[in-house]
Amino acid sequence: MRADARPTAATKGRHRHHSRLADVNPNATLLDVRDLKVEFRTRYGVSKAVNGVSFSLEAGETLAILGESGCGKSVTAQAIMGILDTPPGYVTGGQVLYRGVDLLRLASEERRKSRANLIAMIFQDALSALNPVFTVGFQLGELFRVHRGMSRSDGRKKAIELLDLVKIPAARQRVTDFPHQFSGGMRQRVMIAMALALDPDVLIADEPTTALDVTVQAQVMNLLAELQRERNMGMILITHDMGVVADVAEKISVMYAGKIVERAGVHEIYASPAHPYTKALLESIPRVDMKGHELSVIKGLPPALSNLPPGCNFAPRCRFARDRCRHDVPPLYQLGSEYGRVDATGTLRGSACHYWEEVVAR
Amino acid sequence: MGRYVIRRLLQFIPTLIGSVFLLHYIVVLGIQFRGNPARAFFGDRTPSPEMLEAVKRLFNTDDPCLSRTGDPCVALFVERVGNLAVGDFGTDYNGRAVTEIIGDALPVTVRLALMAIVIQILIGIFAGALAGLRGGGFWDYVVKISTVLLISVPIFVLGRFVQLGIVEVVQWLRGEDLASPALLSVITVTYKVSAPWASLIVPAFVLASVGLATTARLTRTSLMENLRGDYVRTAVAKGLPRRRVVGVHTLRNSLIPVVTDLGLSFGVLLGGAVVTETIFNIPGIGSEIVEAVQRNEGPVTVPLVTFLVIIYLFVNLLVDVLYAVLDPRIRLD
Amino acid sequence: MTDPTQISAGPTQGVPSAPSAETAPPPGSAPQKERNASLWADAGRELIRNPVFVISTIVVLLVMSMALLPWLWTSTDPTQCEINFGKDRPTAGHIFGFSIQGCDYYAQAIYGSGPSIAVAVLATLGSTLIGGITGILAGYYGRWVDAVISRFTDMVLGIPFLLGTLTLLSLVPLRNVYTVVLALIALGWPTTTRIMRASVIATRNMDYVQAARSLGASDMRIIFRHVLPNAIAPVIVVATIALGAYVGAEATLTFLGVGLRPPTVSWGVMIDQGTEWVLSGVPHLLLVPVGFLVATVLSFILMGDALRDALDPKLR
Repeated sequence: MRADARPTAATKGRHRHHSRLADVNPNATLLDVRDLKVEFRTRYGVSKAVNGVSFSLEAGETLAILGESGCGKSVTAQAIMGILDTPPGYVTGGQVLYRGVDLLRLASEERRKSRANLIAMIFQDALSALNPVFTVGFQLGELFRVHRGMSRSDGRKKAIELLDLVKIPAARQRVTDFPHQFSGGMRQRVMIAMALALDPDVLIADEPTTALDVTVQAQVMNLLAELQRERNMGMILITHDMGVVADVAEKISVMYAGKIVERAGVHEIYASPAHPYTKALLESIPRVDMKGHELSVIKGLPPALSNLPPGCNFAPRCRFARDRCRHDVPPLYQLGSEYGRVDATGTLRGSACHYWEEVVAR
Repeated sequence: MGRYVIRRLLQFIPTLIGSVFLLHYIVVLGIQFRGNPARAFFGDRTPSPEMLEAVKRLFNTDDPCLSRTGDPCVALFVERVGNLAVGDFGTDYNGRAVTEIIGDALPVTVRLALMAIVIQILIGIFAGALAGLRGGGFWDYVVKISTVLLISVPIFVLGRFVQLGIVEVVQWLRGEDLASPALLSVITVTYKVSAPWASLIVPAFVLASVGLATTARLTRTSLMENLRGDYVRTAVAKGLPRRRVVGVHTLRNSLIPVVTDLGLSFGVLLGGAVVTETIFNIPGIGSEIVEAVQRNEGPVTVPLVTFLVIIYLFVNLLVDVLYAVLDPRIRLD
Repeated sequence: MTDPTQISAGPTQGVPSAPSAETAPPPGSAPQKERNASLWADAGRELIRNPVFVISTIVVLLVMSMALLPWLWTSTDPTQCEINFGKDRPTAGHIFGFSIQGCDYYAQAIYGSGPSIAVAVLATLGSTLIGGITGILAGYYGRWVDAVISRFTDMVLGIPFLLGTLTLLSLVPLRNVYTVVLALIALGWPTTTRIMRASVIATRNMDYVQAARSLGASDMRIIFRHVLPNAIAPVIVVATIALGAYVGAEATLTFLGVGLRPPTVSWGVMIDQGTEWVLSGVPHLLLVPVGFLVATVLSFILMGDALRDALDPKLR
C-alpha cells in the first residue's frame, strides 16, 4: 500500500484477509457497544463496575470517555478488548459489535486474533506495561512473528520502521534497547508503535498521557492524532483530564459510577453541559479569571459500586437533586436536535438526568 | 555489562580476602584462648622446650603472635595466603598434604553436588511453575505442603529415614528375588566405588531436598506475582497466545529471583553436603571435614573449609553475572 | 532446614516488580464503619482468620510453655532413670517409653524442649538485634557507614552458615547452650542486616520521612517513630522463620558432634542418640524427638509464611 494512498473500506478489506472475521459487515458501525455490563465478584460482595454502557464509534472518529478514577472506564475498555481479569471480573451482559460481529460471543481463539489486528490498546504507565527484560525490538517484532508468521529479521525490520513512524530518533540503534533506557514520552511512543503495528481499525488509549509531563503530553497526543488521521482509525480516548479532551475528541461520553451520564459533541459539552455531574466537573476547573474566588468542588465521594444507592447514582452529591432522583433511576434521555448532534451520523445528545432541561438552561 | 562485571569483581576480591581472613582470625583466636595445639599433642606429658618447638613448627603454629591474645596475626595470614596461592594447604597430623586429601575427596563431592543441583533446578522449577500457574489448585496445595515439610525436617533426619527406608526396600527386593546388581548400586545406603554415579543418586536427592523446596516455593510465588504484572496484560492485549504470554514473557521475569537465590542455595548445599556425606558414608570433602572436627584436627578442618569458602564465593560471582544477563535493568550502563 | 540465610528473601527482594493497575474500585469504600486500616491492623485481622496461622501459633505457644514450665506438662522426673527399663517400648504411664538409660522418654522430651527452644530464642534475639541495628545504621546513614557495614556483612556471608558454625564450635572447647547460641549469632546476623538495610532504604525515601526531616526531627526520632515501624515487617517475618531454622540448626550441629552434649538433654541430643538404635527395633527413640522437632519447626515456618503474606502490601 503506498504511503499516500487513503485507505478506503475496499482496500482495507483486501489487506485484512489474514485477520478477517467471518460475517463482518463492512457497512455496519465500526464499533458499537450496547448495554455492556461487567461485574466484579469478590468475597466482600459484588461490584457492578459497568452497568449498562453504550456508545458507538466510526472510522476516523475520536470518542473520549471521561470520568474520575473508579468510574469503570478502564474496565469498559478491558471488557471490549477481552482482557478482563476473570476471576474476579465477569462480563454479564451486552454486546460489543465490531462491524456487526459480537466480539463477546466469539470463540477464544478468534477473539485472540482480533486483538492487535482489529482493536489495539495502549496503557497508562508504559514502564510497567512493557516487559522490562526484552528489547523494544523484540516486543515489537513478536507481533509480526506471531500474527503474520514473519521471520526474526523481517520482524526486526518492521520494528525499525515502526519506531521511525512514531518519530523515535536513531531507530536502528534504539531497537536493541530496553524499555528502561527510554524516557517516559519515548516509552509511550513505543507503546503506540506496538499498538499500531498490525494496522488495527480501532485504538483504545487508556489514559495515555496521565503519567507524562505536560509538554510531552502534547507531543504524544499530537502524534496520536496524526497517526489516527493517516490511518482513518477509530480512537477511544479514556481520560479524566478535560483539557486533553478538548483538543482531540469529537464526541464525549461522560461516565459516573459505571454508567454513561451524558453524551455530547465536544463543543456542546463545554458550552452547555446537560448533566449536573458534567456541569460540576467543568465548574471545578480552576480558571485565571476566577482569581480570588473559592475553588468549587464536588462535595462527597463516588458511591461504593457494591452498594449503589437507589435512584440516580449522582443524587447524593447533586445540587439539582429532588425527591424523584432518589427513587427513579434516570434513563439516558435523548435531547432534541436543537441541542446539537453528537457525530456525523446524526446521533442525538443524551443525558441521564430527570431535570436535564434545567441543567442545560442554567 | 562489562562495567557491571568489573564492579562485581572489585567487590569480590576484598570479600574473598575478608572471608578467608575471618576464618583465619577465628582459628588464631581459638589457639590464643585454648593454647597451642602442639601442646595438646603431648597430652598429659610435659615435653621439653625443643620438642615443643619442633612439633609447633610441624603444625605451623610456631609464630609468637599466637601467644598474644587478640593479635590478628596479619603477617601469619599473609604467609598463609601466599601458601594457599601456590597450592600449599598445609598437612594433617600425619604429614599428609591437605591438597592430597582434597584431590581424593573432591571428585566424589563434585559428583554429589552436581547431581543435587540438577535435581534441585529441574524438579524445583518444574514443581514451582506447576503450582504457580494453577494458583489454588490441587498441585498448588501439594507443592505448598510438601515444600514446607521438606524445609522443616533437618537434613540429617531426612537422610536417616531415607536410609532406613532403603534397608527395608533392599530386604524386600531380596525377598522377591529382584535384587539385581544394577538396582542395588542405586538403592544402597553407602557409597560404592564400583558405582561412582549410581550410588550417589539417593544421597543427591536427600541433599537436594531443602534447595528443591526453596526453589519451588520461590518459583511459585514469583510466578504468581508476575502473572499479575501490567506487562502480562499488555502481552494479552497484543493477541499473543496464552502459552507465549506465560512461557516467554512471564517465565523469564519469574526466574530472575530464582536464579539469584541459587547463589545462597549453593551455600546451603555445601552445609548439607557435610551432613549427607556423613550419613551415607561418602568419602567426600564434607565427611573429611567432619572427621577432622571429631579428631580435633584444626590444620585440616580450616584449610578444607577455606577451600569451600573460596568455591562458594566464586559460584556467587557467577550467579551475579548470570543475574545481570537475565535482568538488563541491573546492568546500569 | 538448617540455614536461616536461605529462608529470608521472598521474590520481592531486589526485583522491582510491576505494580498491578487498578482494575476494580474497592467495594465498600467510604461510608462504611471506621476501620483501622493500618498495615498491622489489616494483617492482624487477616491472620486471625487464617486457620494455618492460628494452629501453628497455638502449637508454638504450647511448645514455649513446655520449655518454660515443664512441670506443667509432666510430673515425672526425667532424671529418675532405671537402667532396667532402658529402651523399653511405650507402656501405660509412660506413653513414649524409655530412653537408653531408662529415663521416661516423655519427660525427657518435655524437658528437652528447654535447651532446644532456649538456643533458638536466644540466637534469634541476638542475631535480630545485631542485624537490625547494623541494618538500620547502614540503611539510614549510607555512604561510608553503609560501605563498611556492607563489606563486613559480605565477609561473614561469604562463609556458608553450617560450615562456619561447625568451624567455630570445633575450635571452642566448651559445648553448652551459650557457645552454640554465640556461634549461631556470629554467622546468622548478616541475613537480618541485609533485610533491614533494604527495608530502611526503601522507607527512608518515603515522603513522610522527608517531611519529618524537613520539620527538624532528630535522626533518632525519625528512625524510631517513622522508619522503624514500617521497615520492621520483613525483619519480623524472617525472625519468626529463623526461630524454626535455629531449632533445626542446633539439632544438626549436635548430630555433627559440635552442638549440645549429654548430660544436657535437648531434642538434638535425643535424636542423635536415637538414630543409632532405630534399626534394632526401638524406633520410638528416634520418632519421639523427631516428632517434637518437626512439629515445632513446621509451626514456626508456617507462622512466618502467614505473617509474610499478611504483611505484604502488594497482596492487598
